[in-house]
Amino acid sequence: MSIVTVQLGQCGNQIGFEVFDALYTDSHCPQGLCSKRENEAYQASCKERFFSEEENGVPVARAVLVDMEPKVTSQTLSKATQSGRWKYGQHSCFCQKQGSGNNWAYGYSVHGPRHEESIMNLIQKEVEKCDSLSGFFIIMSMAGGTGSGLGAFVTQNLQDQYSNSLKMNQIIWPYGTGEVIVQNYNSILTLSHLYRSSDALLVHENDALHKICAKLMNIKQISFSDINQVLAHQLGSVFQPTYSVEGSCHYRRNPLGIDWQVRPPLPGLPTLGKASLNRGLHFNMSIANLVILRGKDVHSADLGGFKDSALYTSWLEPINAFNAWKTHRAFSKYEKSAALVSNSQFLLKPLDTIVGKAWNMFASKAYIHQYTKFGMEEEDFLDSFTLLEQVVASYCNL
Amino acid sequence: MAQSVVVQVGQCGNQIGCCFWDLALREHAAVNQKGIYDEAISSFFRNVDTRVVGDGGSISKGKICSLKARAILIDMEEGVVNEILQGPLRDVFDSKQLITDISGSGNNWAVGYKVFGSLYQEQILEKLRKSAEHCDCLQCFFIIHSMGGGTGSGLGTFLLKLLEDEFPEVYRFVTSVYPSGEDDVITSPYNSILAMKELNEHADCVLPIDNQSLFDIISKIDLMVNSGKLGTTIKPKSLVTSSAEAVKKWHQRPFDAMNNIVANLLLNLTSSARFEGSLNMDLNEISMNLVPFPQLHYLVSSLTPLYTLADVNIPTRRLDQMFSDAFSKDHQLIRADPKHSLYLACALMVRGNVQVSDLRRNIERFNALLTKRPLAHCQTVP
Repeated sequence: MSIVTVQLGQCGNQIGFEVFDALYTDSHCPQGLCSKRENEAYQASCKERFFSEEENGVPVARAVLVDMEPKVTSQTLSKATQSGRWKYGQHSCFCQKQGSGNNWAYGYSVHGPRHEESIMNLIQKEVEKCDSLSGFFIIMSMAGGTGSGLGAFVTQNLQDQYSNSLKMNQIIWPYGTGEVIVQNYNSILTLSHLYRSSDALLVHENDALHKICAKLMNIKQISFSDINQVLAHQLGSVFQPTYSVEGSCHYRRNPLGIDWQVRPPLPGLPTLGKASLNRGLHFNMSIANLVILRGKDVHSADLGGFKDSALYTSWLEPINAFNAWKTHRAFSKYEKSAALVSNSQFLLKPLDTIVGKAWNMFASKAYIHQYTKFGMEEEDFLDSFTLLEQVVASYCNL
Repeated sequence: MAQSVVVQVGQCGNQIGCCFWDLALREHAAVNQKGIYDEAISSFFRNVDTRVVGDGGSISKGKICSLKARAILIDMEEGVVNEILQGPLRDVFDSKQLITDISGSGNNWAVGYKVFGSLYQEQILEKLRKSAEHCDCLQCFFIIHSMGGGTGSGLGTFLLKLLEDEFPEVYRFVTSVYPSGEDDVITSPYNSILAMKELNEHADCVLPIDNQSLFDIISKIDLMVNSGKLGTTIKPKSLVTSSAEAVKKWHQRPFDAMNNIVANLLLNLTSSARFEGSLNMDLNEISMNLVPFPQLHYLVSSLTPLYTLADVNIPTRRLDQMFSDAFSKDHQLIRADPKHSLYLACALMVRGNVQVSDLRRNIERFNALLTKRPLAHCQTVP
């Protein structure tokens, strides 16, 4: 089961490179802390998922690189080839001469339709190389123009063309202090469009990653490549193969096979009694949690804490909402490692902040002319605000 | 990679332009050791095989044969342009890129705009189209002129309308030198106002600059250089004003030093578009982020550092000092005091060995000072 990665924009491409590098390094890591046969099964599984084989034996990443200006993609391609261990396909890169100018409307309304055919063709070629496709992994940022605007457009197209496959978008939440002035506009437009066409949104905040680098890793001068490496490490530990339920010999075939969808309470079902009193006001309610454990003593780890029903909303049983994947094979030199992917109210505060800031800017109509000159209307903004307010409200009511 | 064409109009425009090309060549020479014509150089220069007669002979890759600037030089009197063509930069300019007349505009906006505008319209359009054809993907026009004179302000702004009609998707960045308090042209207020109207309507982005601020910056540097304090030896080539000549010569030719500052500004503005970095900011992104409403497109610029001390290690404290300087009005290229009024938007463009964490720290510092002002940053690491 293979995953096709689409890397969009400067951010997407820079991260994509680090992710593939981390995946490759891990799968070829000599100390797997498990038997040789297991190690080989792990490697084979990882390879099938993310890389395809080429004649001279160098694995080629199953990825499509898209950017509207050539600097970053050429840098990424050359870095990969220079490493000698893996590389990107020769023809899997699409780029133009002039960027999107941090303008969501330019990415979505101008670049999207103009280059729709070429980009979808590239993705199609990549899909055909796979034996069986499990889904798409789209890496993009929310603050810029290409990643956000073109990303939303491409995701929509993938929804139309490959409606059976899973689409997971990895989005990067911009720094609160600001990278780009119109990042709030770009973010709300992206989110509202992705909500309609993507199956899952995996969010990473630059602020949080920055804090990890500063506090946990004690790096003094943090650069974007440090941040990207932390991110790649996290993603790698989530996406590498794990055992499926059947037995310890078979690696899980469908890597993205969790039911990410929010299932609202069925009508007619009585909601369970009043919330238990030991729940604090700002308790983080989850809809679903996934824990991935790798390394020594995996089977004896105690996951009872995750099965507590207080963590989950009233209309979900913990059994349905909690999943655990395990594997003996250690990840990238760590003897034991754990990763947690959760769909919870954690995102509420950043989302609310961004919507608030965008609304403030919108109230004075600042920068709107930059978007309307590419065919957007003020109503598109209002629609996005409405949709996001609804999402915020739904999460609040968990 | 997107290309840009520089249009220099009038005496001031051409003199600044001359400094700009000199600095651009130096910068690329320093970066591009192997002499290969790459994307970065192609943004401002064409690679031409001079053995081929006629207009052809453009080479797109490989070794540098002969570089020609993507520029159009316009002046209604011949003195300045002739001086450039006899100077060290004569090989960089093509004789077909010039438009000159003999008599000049007489510091009269109307002569520049109405008389010479209609007279040279066809010629100008033809040269513009030619230079656009030589570009793979033309992103922006840089127009350099002054507001107080006749040719620069009159013909320069006439150009803007032409460019808007002929190349509507190409950005028009205008570097305008405004008359300062003690200006020697009596009609400069009229010329400036008439030109401002055109700038308001037809330019995408204007970078106003005035001579008094440039002069103040030079005096400041002079003070530092001549103060002879211990531990403050300044690297000679590091001055924002330096070009080939030593610092001392600026007493005789102050405009050279001042023009160099403007040239530095233009180079740094476009650096992110030419060189790769960890967070690139293209020219259209500058325009997108800093222009909230269509008519409010005047950008106050400032440069730091003005000089580097010979001591190579730059500790963090010095870096923070650089950021503070960027917001101080002593480093601005125009007399204005935004700190006491309102910042609509700021962008920090950083070149060199600066990381995201430093930027964030400083942005947080300034956010406290200037509340409610949105900020953007970007960096390049050439």
